[in-house]
Amino acid sequence: MSAAPNGAGPHDMRTPLARVRALGSAKSGASGWWIERLSGAALIPLSLWFVWLVLRLPHLDFAAAHVLVGNVINAGLLILFTAISFWHGALGLQVVIEDYVHTRWIELTLLIAVKFLAVLGAVACALAVLRIWLGTY
Amino acid sequence: MSKSERHPVHQTYLRDRVMPHARPLSPHLGIYEWRITMVLSILHRVTGAFLCLGALLVTWGLIALASGEAEWNAFAGFCASGIGIALLICWTFSLMLHLCNGIRHLFWDAGAGFAKSQYFTSAWVVVIVSIAFTVVVWLWVMLAGGVP
Repeated sequence: MSAAPNGAGPHDMRTPLARVRALGSAKSGASGWWIERLSGAALIPLSLWFVWLVLRLPHLDFAAAHVLVGNVINAGLLILFTAISFWHGALGLQVVIEDYVHTRWIELTLLIAVKFLAVLGAVACALAVLRIWLGTY
Repeated sequence: MSKSERHPVHQTYLRDRVMPHARPLSPHLGIYEWRITMVLSILHRVTGAFLCLGALLVTWGLIALASGEAEWNAFAGFCASGIGIALLICWTFSLMLHLCNGIRHLFWDAGAGFAKSQYFTSAWVVVIVSIAFTVVVWLWVMLAGGVP
């Protein structure tokens, strides 16, 4: 992606007309806007499914929880749910930080910390689910 | 004197006394009368930030489940505690409110739902569905015999 005008890269999902009219962010903001919406749309069924999954554990029983997360479909959906949640959450927190934190170095520190924590959380969740699924606890 | 009557005076005060050399600002929260639409706008951000904390609880739960029974029991003990249940109820409500209001935002992004009657109606639908969802989920938990 070398010197793409108007933030147009391979992941730019604006219409060609919007791009040619130079609508949207001057940098890569349009892509962030799209990912926030797409991840939000993906989280609608995923989070409803997650609530349903948790509701099958009313007694928080260890063995039952293991069986539930050990199911390959549940494990796969859990990895998707947690990864997309952290991605969506990081994008949302980024907007909140940019809006309310006016001291540049604090803003920058928080923005970087949020990104690092989101990746850390997503990796930790994926590894935990994989470990349960593989039964190697 | 209502807040709307105070509005221009308040702006003049801000301009002349508080920040005389600053460029003009849009009026801030304090001078508006509360509307369900602005409450939802604020709650969308608040619940979004709160749900990020919820993601950390899910992470704790999954790591505990992968680590062993003792770790899981510590996690389950927190969830079944008074503060744990209070937080979980708040997370249930926050999830549904953010989800429903998120759908409302997706409609707006598609260019639909901007008529005054539509955005007030959709706002109340979001509130009612979120409360109903929270009640149903926790009735289910209680009928199933509680958390632990």
